[in-house]
Order: sequence, then C-alpha cells, then structure tokens
Amino acid sequence: MMADQETAVAGGHDGGHDGGHGHHPTGWRRWLFSTNHKDIGTMYIVLSLVAALVGGAMSFWIRLELLDPGIQFNVFGAGEEAAYFQFYNVLVTSHAFIMVFFVVMPALIGGFGNWFVPLMIGAPDMAFPRMNNVSFWLLAAALVLLLVAAFTQGGPGTGWTIYPPLSNADFHPGAAVDLGILSPHLAGASSVLGAINLITTIFNMRAPGMTIHRMPLFCWSILVTAFLLLMAIPVLAGGLTMLLTDRNFGTAFFDAARGGDPVLWQHIFWFFGHPEVYIIIIPAFGIVSQVVSTFSRKPIFGYLGMVYAMVFIGFVGFVVWAHHMYTAGLDVDTRAYFISASLVIAVPTGIKIFSWLATMWGGSIDFRVPMMFACGFIFLFVMGGVTGVALANAGMDIAFHDTYFVVAHFHYVMAIAAVFGMFTGFYYWIGKMCGRQYPRVLARIHFWSFFIGVNVVFFPQHFSGMAGMPRRIPDYPDNYWGWNYVSSIGAFITTASTLLFFFIVWRTLTAGEKVPANQWGEGATTLEWTVESPAPFHTFEELPDMTDKQADE
Amino acid sequence: MMQRLTILAPMTALSFFGAAGNAFAGGRSEPWQMWFQPAASPVMERIIEFHNLLFVIEVSIVTLVLGLMCYIIVRFNAKANPVPTKTTHNTLLEVVWTGVPLLILMVIAVPSLNLLYYADRIENIEMTLKVTGNQWFWTYSYPDHGGFEFDSVIVPDDELKEGQPRLLTVDNEVVLPVETNIRLLFTSSDVIHNWAVPSLGLKLDTVAGRINENWMRINKEGDYYGMCSELCGINHGFMPIHVKAVSKADFAEWVETARKEFAGAGGPAPVRVAETGAR
Repeated sequence: MMADQETAVAGGHDGGHDGGHGHHPTGWRRWLFSTNHKDIGTMYIVLSLVAALVGGAMSFWIRLELLDPGIQFNVFGAGEEAAYFQFYNVLVTSHAFIMVFFVVMPALIGGFGNWFVPLMIGAPDMAFPRMNNVSFWLLAAALVLLLVAAFTQGGPGTGWTIYPPLSNADFHPGAAVDLGILSPHLAGASSVLGAINLITTIFNMRAPGMTIHRMPLFCWSILVTAFLLLMAIPVLAGGLTMLLTDRNFGTAFFDAARGGDPVLWQHIFWFFGHPEVYIIIIPAFGIVSQVVSTFSRKPIFGYLGMVYAMVFIGFVGFVVWAHHMYTAGLDVDTRAYFISASLVIAVPTGIKIFSWLATMWGGSIDFRVPMMFACGFIFLFVMGGVTGVALANAGMDIAFHDTYFVVAHFHYVMAIAAVFGMFTGFYYWIGKMCGRQYPRVLARIHFWSFFIGVNVVFFPQHFSGMAGMPRRIPDYPDNYWGWNYVSSIGAFITTASTLLFFFIVWRTLTAGEKVPANQWGEGATTLEWTVESPAPFHTFEELPDMTDKQADE
Repeated sequence: MMQRLTILAPMTALSFFGAAGNAFAGGRSEPWQMWFQPAASPVMERIIEFHNLLFVIEVSIVTLVLGLMCYIIVRFNAKANPVPTKTTHNTLLEVVWTGVPLLILMVIAVPSLNLLYYADRIENIEMTLKVTGNQWFWTYSYPDHGGFEFDSVIVPDDELKEGQPRLLTVDNEVVLPVETNIRLLFTSSDVIHNWAVPSLGLKLDTVAGRINENWMRINKEGDYYGMCSELCGINHGFMPIHVKAVSKADFAEWVETARKEFAGAGGPAPVRVAETGAR
C-alpha cells in the first residue's frame, strides 16, 4: 500500500511529469519542485551551511570587536559611533536568529530529520511530500527576509528576544524590525508544517514490526522535537503578531502607557523560547545516541529510560520559561516555583548522560570521527548543564543574569553542543548521503581544532561573567580585557577550523573514497545501513519487515 | 551625548597592568579576574556563600563524568576490549542515577530558596532611593530627603581624570550611607534597563509602567560600580552606575549640599537626552 502511495508521490499527482519509477525532474526542477525527502534534506543541509558562514562571520566580527577595549571596527567612520553601536546590536541579533533558525534547526530537523527518519523507520518518503517542499522554501524566504532586515534602516538592534518597548515603533521606527520579526514568523510556519509532516510520518508510516518502542532513538528525538515545535511555535507566532499590530496598527498589548504590559511579551517569548532550546538540542541527543551505540557495538543502554527522559524534558520544558526572567521583577513566590521546576530538568538530562556512558561501558569502542564528536558533545553538554543548574537558582541569578556567564552557559549547553551534534551526524551519515567517505586525518584535525577552539572561546567567558561583565556591549571597562582577549584568540582557532570543515566537505564530495552499504560494521543496526550508499533516490520499494526481529532487550 | 563619546585607541597589555595599580579596592573587577567581585552587602555575601556550595557540586559532576569518560576511553576501546558485552539494563543503576541527582537538587533547593526570599525584602527600611532608567543615563531621586533628584551620565573618555575608570565613571554618582537598610524602587521612562551593581548583589529591571522593589545594605564605605544589564539600544554599553557609599554623617552633609545643587529638580526631568535622532 505504501509503495502505491510512493508511486503516486513520485509523479502520479503531478500532471506535468511522467509518472513511474526512474523518472523524476532533473536540473533545477529536481530541486525547486522536489518532493523527495532526501533531496529536500540535502537542500536543508546546504541552506544550513550557507547560513553558518553568515552567522559564523557575524560571531567572528563580535569577537574581533571585543578583542581589545575601545571600538575597533567602526565601519561608519569617526563621529558615527551611534550607527556602529546600532550595527553591533544588529550583529548580536542576527547572529542569534541565524544560528537558531537557519543553521541548527535546518541541519538537525530539516536536514537529518528528513533524510533519516523515513530511512530509519522503513518508510518510502515523508507523509506529505509536497508540504515538505513548502516547508523548505518558506525557510529559504525567511532567511532572505532576515538578511534584508539587517540592511534596512539601521537594522533590528533588539537582541533575538525582541523585547518591547525597544522593539516598538517608538524606539525602532522604520521597517527593520517588521521585516526582522516576519522572518521568524515565516520560519515558524515552515517549522510547524515540517513538524506536522514528521509526526504523521512517524505515527503512520513505520514499516511492519517497527513498533514505537523499537524505533531508533533519533526518530524518537525528532518526534519529541516535532511536538515541541507544534506547541511552541504558534505561541511565538501569536506574540509576533501582537508586536506587529502594536507597531503598525495602534494596538497596545505591550505599551504600558496605554494599558499594556511589556513583561507580557517576555512571558510569551520565553514560553516559546525555552522549548526552543530543547528543539535545538533534543535532535542532537538522538544523533549522539545512534553514534554512541554504533561505535560501542552495543545496543543503547536503558532504551526506555532514554525515550521517556526526552519526553519528560520536552514536557517540563513548557513549565520553566520564567527562569529567563528572574530579574524582570516577578513575584518572589513565582520565582520560587520556577526555581524548583527548572532544577527538576537536571534529572532526565542526568539519565541521558549516564545512559550514554553506560552504553559505552563494556563496549568495544571504535573512536572514529563521529564517535569523537559524540564524546565531545557529552563533555560540552555536561559543562553547560552544571552551570545551568547554578543559573536555575533565582538568588544566584542576581549575580549571573545578563553577564557573560550566561553567554558561556548557553553556548556550551545548546549552541556548540548542538553544533557538535551536527558534526556528529555529518560524519556519521555523509557516506550514506553522498556515497563517499570523509578524509579521516583532516576530520580528526577538524575535531581537535574545533574542540579546543570553542573551549578557548567560551570557557574564559565564565570568568568575565563572574567578574560582572554584561552581555551585548560593544566596548567594556579596561579591566575585562584579559579573558576577552583569550576568548577572541579562540575565535581565530574556531574560524580556521570551520573553514577546514568546508574544505573537508569539498574533498569528501569530490575525492572521497566510495563506501559500502554498511560502512560502520556490526554496531550499525538501523535500517539506513541496509540500503546502498549513496541511498537511492527511492528507497524501500518493498517495505522491510521487522516483525520477526527480536526486540533488542 | 554621542558626540562627546570619543573612543580610545586599542590598548596594549602593558598599559593595562600599569593602570591596575591605582584601581579602587573592590567595587569593580580587576584585570584577569576569575571570580566574583568582593561582597559589600549581606545579599552578595550570601550569594557567594551559596555559590561555594554550587561550585563544589558543579566541579564534582564534571570531574565524575570526565573521569568516567577517560576510564571508558582507556578500558573499553576496541583494542583493549575486542568483544563488547550485551548488557543493556541494570535497574538498580538506573534508580541510583535518577535518585541521587534528586537528592543533590534538594541540597541545592533549600539554601537557594532561603537566599531568594532573603534577597527579596527586608523589614526596618530606613530610607528610599528611586532609580529611573532612561536612554542612556540614570535618574536618582531621594523621596525621603526632600525629593531632590539628579541625572547620572557617563563621563566620556577624553574628559576622564587621573584614576577614573573608563566606561564606569559618571558625572553625578549616587551617594548612599553605609549600614543603612535602603529600599530601592526601579522604573523606566522609556525602554527596559537593568540597574546592576555586582559587588552589592543587585540586579533588577527598570520597566516603564511598573515599579520594581528591592533593598540593599552597604557594609563598607567605598566606590561600587555597575553597568546597565538589559539591552536598551544604541548606548546600552555606556550608561554605568557608580554608587558612592559614605558614613551616615557624611551622607547627611551631602544631602544638604545636594538639595541646594539639585534644587528645582523634582519637576519634569531635565532635557538632556542624546541629541541624535536615532535611539
């Protein structure tokens, strides 16, 4: 039955093309009109790589500006400090938006999710292939909007949190913020469509015998993420719409002078924003679980615990949002609740960490590059996790809120951890995606340089933060110089390492050695390793039957 | 105000360590500082005390995980352990690594909640200071001392005197008495700002249309510095806070002169916002 569905997808519905197998649009039509989960996944990954160059360049600029006290790169010339400070705020804002919405989410959910969820559950394609196409192109349009916004009338210098009144028409007149907030609006629509597609696919298109509790953890992670998207994004969309009407149509949701409340925005934003950080990191959990299991040559330890830890993290993620607002002036009992709820998240994340270690324990571990990145991920995530436990305490947060300590914390726990998840997935699956192996030595150099680089960038920021240095400032009192200088040196290492990665991508695609269907050996037990490499345009024309396979336990 | 902000050329490491010699004791960060600024209020003392507990827990967890990983890398790599086990369950182990973190969290939560409630309010308030955030300066008013008020604006780099720290020096510092329970009221005339002084353990948003309340008690005379801690637009990085803590007698004296100096204020705020159109 599903094979029929897949035939229909390939051409039957589309009058303009020939139906049947082996015929699909070629050239630019193949990509623009694509309904194939692998092609769309590839486009997501390409978009992520392009956006990573832009977002990475912005962060490099920020670190260069902070290398020494004083203003280093006032591109607007003497006497134009105001324009440059606004530009700096736009850099801070755009860096965050690009990295969150256009680098991490497209790579992990749109890219690897599209590519490997159908392969891992034994489905021929996604449930709604055309909607899949719409999801991708909406995201591409959103990226264009964001970049246009940055160069419109000074750009949106609001931070990615877009707090009114700063983001109101009074303080950001002009179209920059309107364009800027339409971008996440559109990216959100893209994400919701993608989430619906993934949920439907996972619920309805699993191969016979692929019960929900036999599903690989990566599919589980994408399922949980899709539910988070489905519930969090509409809240953001509502808030953004209110902000748009405040700015353009005279409403006063967030205007205190006319009966509104700016703090309402913070509640709405963080009700979306906190699940958003799990949306970013949970797919990385999934990838790391697959990789740790594969290279330890052992099934994952405590599978059910791992699954329900993710579900629990997703659930609790919706009831802790105000720990981002400890200094907003919330009632003390409210803060007491949010302390308790936030601390609880440490328990399921602890289960995940220890289950990964227990999976490795007793294993016969092959430290290939994906495994190195997975171990790097675990370390970075633990580093960011323990500072997160400290930040969950509202009393402690008096000292840490809005300092570089927070910058260090969230970059460890979700930003570079997610990037390590992306690299883990890239090196693990690139053979399956393009049929060629990455250059091993260069990839090892990439791991070590990137690992050292990001730690040199972010570890000293704990010190700057404890000493009291605020975030989002283009210049700092001279005594903060030392650790900022070290941090900026780390940015040089990380940037060089990132360029090396792009070289590795190019070498892999042009000169990588061919790989067999299962390049990782006995540890790789999921279904994607049963199809040839690169995975054929259409997979599972006959559905794999898992019914007689023994469950792993 | 923008035009008055001239920008220092990039400094070298040497000039930095030279400048550190005449730094104020406490009250702001030192070069290469890796820890908190010294506490000058009971709240900050308790924050640091609580952090000492947290820090031990943090370091223990990271050390445990890192230690386990190192052991695993040495003991269970493919060469050392060619045949993997098939163990995928151990109920006792799973109960332990769920239960022990819960216990640790309780150890954290109790002092955390104590600190939270302690830092929030205190009885026996002796005076009130009202802080208003503006783009991009602070307005301080003293409702219990005749209601005079004044603005506190950054001193640009080229007007700094010997020993005045760059980006932290203001024209009118906020003067307060030591060993006095002071109620702080925060509001804003425009966007959200945040009044933060690290060594006093203070950080609270100023929001238009709201009054946030906090309290402080300064232990020792001295100069305490802070910076705006909520992104508030173009000059967010250039609206420092300078608290000058003096003895009660000196404070009473200062109030007399300040009343005369800032007489006539208390009406509409003086117009001294940045002349630039963009905000």
